[in-house]
Amino acid sequence: MKFIGHLDVMRYFQKSIRRAGLDVAYSEGFNPHMIMSFASPLGIGLTSDAEYMDLEFRSLPESSKAAVDALNRAGTEEMAVTGFVQIPDGKANKAMTLVAAADYTLRFRNGHEPKTEWESGLADYFAWETITVLKKTKHSEKEVNIRPMIYDWSVDSGTVFLKLAAGSVENLKPGLVMDAFLEQTGLERDPFAFEINRCEIYANSAADGANAGERNLISLYRLGSEF
Amino acid sequence: MRKLALSDEILLSVEKPARYIGNEINAVMKDTGEGSEVAIRFAMCFPDVYEIGMSHLGAHILYSMFNSRKDVWCERVYSPWVDLDKIMREQNLPLFALESQDPIREFDFIGITLQYEMCYTNVLQILDLAQIPLFARDRGESDPLVIGGGPCAYNPEPLAPFFDLFYIGEGETVYDTLFDRYLECKKSGGSRAEFLHQAAKIPGIYVPSLYEVTYKEDGTIASFQPLEPDIPSVIEKQVVMDMTHAPYPEKPIVPYMQITQDRVVLEIQRGCIRGCRFCQAGMIYRPLRERSLECLKEHAGRMLSASGQEEISLSSLSSSDYSDLKGLVNWLIEEYGPQNVNISLPSLRIDAFSLDVMSKVQDVRKSSLTFSPEAGSQRMRDVINKGLTEEDILQGAGEAFHGGWNRVKLYFMLGLPYETEEDRQKIAHLADRIARCYYAIPKEERNGKCQITISTSFFVPKPFTPFQWAAMHPVDHYLGFAKTVNHEVKEMLNHKSIRYNWHQADVTLLEGVFARGDRRVADVILDAYRHGALYDAWTEFWNYDRWLDAFARTGVDMDFYTLRERREDEIFPWDFIRIGVTKEFLKREWKRAKDGVVTPNCRQNCGGCGARCYGGGVCVEGKNPVL
Repeated sequence: MKFIGHLDVMRYFQKSIRRAGLDVAYSEGFNPHMIMSFASPLGIGLTSDAEYMDLEFRSLPESSKAAVDALNRAGTEEMAVTGFVQIPDGKANKAMTLVAAADYTLRFRNGHEPKTEWESGLADYFAWETITVLKKTKHSEKEVNIRPMIYDWSVDSGTVFLKLAAGSVENLKPGLVMDAFLEQTGLERDPFAFEINRCEIYANSAADGANAGERNLISLYRLGSEF
Repeated sequence: MRKLALSDEILLSVEKPARYIGNEINAVMKDTGEGSEVAIRFAMCFPDVYEIGMSHLGAHILYSMFNSRKDVWCERVYSPWVDLDKIMREQNLPLFALESQDPIREFDFIGITLQYEMCYTNVLQILDLAQIPLFARDRGESDPLVIGGGPCAYNPEPLAPFFDLFYIGEGETVYDTLFDRYLECKKSGGSRAEFLHQAAKIPGIYVPSLYEVTYKEDGTIASFQPLEPDIPSVIEKQVVMDMTHAPYPEKPIVPYMQITQDRVVLEIQRGCIRGCRFCQAGMIYRPLRERSLECLKEHAGRMLSASGQEEISLSSLSSSDYSDLKGLVNWLIEEYGPQNVNISLPSLRIDAFSLDVMSKVQDVRKSSLTFSPEAGSQRMRDVINKGLTEEDILQGAGEAFHGGWNRVKLYFMLGLPYETEEDRQKIAHLADRIARCYYAIPKEERNGKCQITISTSFFVPKPFTPFQWAAMHPVDHYLGFAKTVNHEVKEMLNHKSIRYNWHQADVTLLEGVFARGDRRVADVILDAYRHGALYDAWTEFWNYDRWLDAFARTGVDMDFYTLRERREDEIFPWDFIRIGVTKEFLKREWKRAKDGVVTPNCRQNCGGCGARCYGGGVCVEGKNPVL
């Protein structure tokens, strides 16, 4: 499923939801569409344990479990629905805009591992106060210090863990962090080097009225409650 | 996790990897391991890219029908796009089926649907990437049997050397017999040649290697004969007479990416009563056969709930001719409108009913009306037997303009038999008259300017039509025809409201060669393919010079197939196929075209075309069945 683009995943769920017979809300007009938003688009090639979407209902399913079961019966086993929570009215529609951080694990793909020992270099790399990379967008290229967007890291027997800024304010892609590492330690860069998995997405519950830079990360799942 | 035929590196470096991974919702998976009941592996190929191939209804009908047998596993294959094509050749990777991801060279059958002539080089690509010999005669006991079908199989000859068999006609009828025969043959240890010999006796199955063609000195066919006495000399097209009970997909596959027709398709009827003289579908699918309203309601309900699709489209050659169109459309709107299902209604005649329906199902301001007069003058429309008059068009457009529409699309053909400069100029005149009709509405009641788009394609004479005898034109003449229209449009009062698009001319001639070609054309297709021709239906890959070189190298005379008007007694390469409609009827229609005489449609008056031999459909409507 990692080969399916974000928009196609959305379309997949629109059809899944119809097959599951859930009574979701639609927009008005000649081409009504489901009122649905995703927390953070997942790039092609990445796998994930924690994708979130926000859906509005006309009438709620019987229970969280009933909704999960219906969606899994209607969907593919390669994209399981793992939870279903109700978000309190005040926070509805906003939930997905609260995204602040995400966890990733990265492993070298079989046959793409560096020939030399590399894990020990990571500590030096993350010890730097600035890590400057060239960020390319459609229109421009600019140099950015990505170090402040790296919230946490660790490495354990070949698997690198990263907690990175995510969301609409600041967003850092894990591939970029590791490409910069490979480049700065003189290792060969390779577009297929890593298998990347997203493990969690967080909201910053300290966002309202807190000091800039203060973070209290909670899993998006905890924004709502099961019923 | 499911194994994939291609590595992550390959899938992440090609465009739209979702084309190659399979496992879509409702794709059929079967077990082939120990104790499996699957005895026949069938690869259903559409020789174009996934988005196009997946949009084709016919292949889905056969897919679900084949898979309803426990002993058959039918899987899908589409042409790899040019990026993957290159990688597969470089790395010597065999073409695989989407479901199992297994190489199709290990399958029992490779079925290739032939929907348009310009996919012929992609047929060779499929065989080549599958790593099986291109010529049927070079295949051995362990190679799959390659079977062709679809509308282009009504003249299979240009592809004859590449196929072991062809299925002529509608797939719902004798595939079961073919599979049973295959299994019997396999069980008794019969050879490939023995199976083909048996298969050739099944009605509708054509095994080209069992027939011999001889040619006259002038290049036309002298004789077409089976090589052995027990092989039939005529192949009967297959036709489903009971459409209501014919197999239909209950669980349409839901792709992971957007495809060209991303919706549920409801085939309401097959065949057409109209008898347009240029139209092959109108002849080969005779007689018109409808599905009952009850059956359509069931199909629609089942497919929508099994797929979760948000749109349903009616499919037929002329939906307005469906007896209970009102009942069907109103039911769809009432039943599915509240569930936010879009209803799409192509091929509707523009009249009060269709305008009313369209205003309910689409945004009038954003949609356009489509007319297909096909020819600009009434005289020409009589020649082609297109029963649409200028009055019909102006009245339909007038009503639509009052209803708020302001965009009109007009489709025409150029290069039709007996067409003159004046007929071409009249295309522009008709567009102008439609514009005048719009501007006659008081300014305050209309919705800005109107936009009329004229599109022309160049006519290609097709087998089994009254125009199968007609000559085509040299390439520069076609461009001249388009120039005439373009020039005339600029002379019109309302030229600012009229846009004109025309098609390429050179590809038309190639299509003409393949449509009416014989076995000798196969050499040209192979040569062009060897020199890089692929995806010829795609403008970005089309290269006319490459084809001209292929004709030169193989010594095949293109003009022989295109520029020549056929004599009435000429034996055509496709004459060995019987489609119900007789050659005498087509000949009669060819003469009536010359005289500009209209032939009434099947519901007005039986024209005696010959399709009545099937004893059903429109031929017996309102009458007692013919005994």
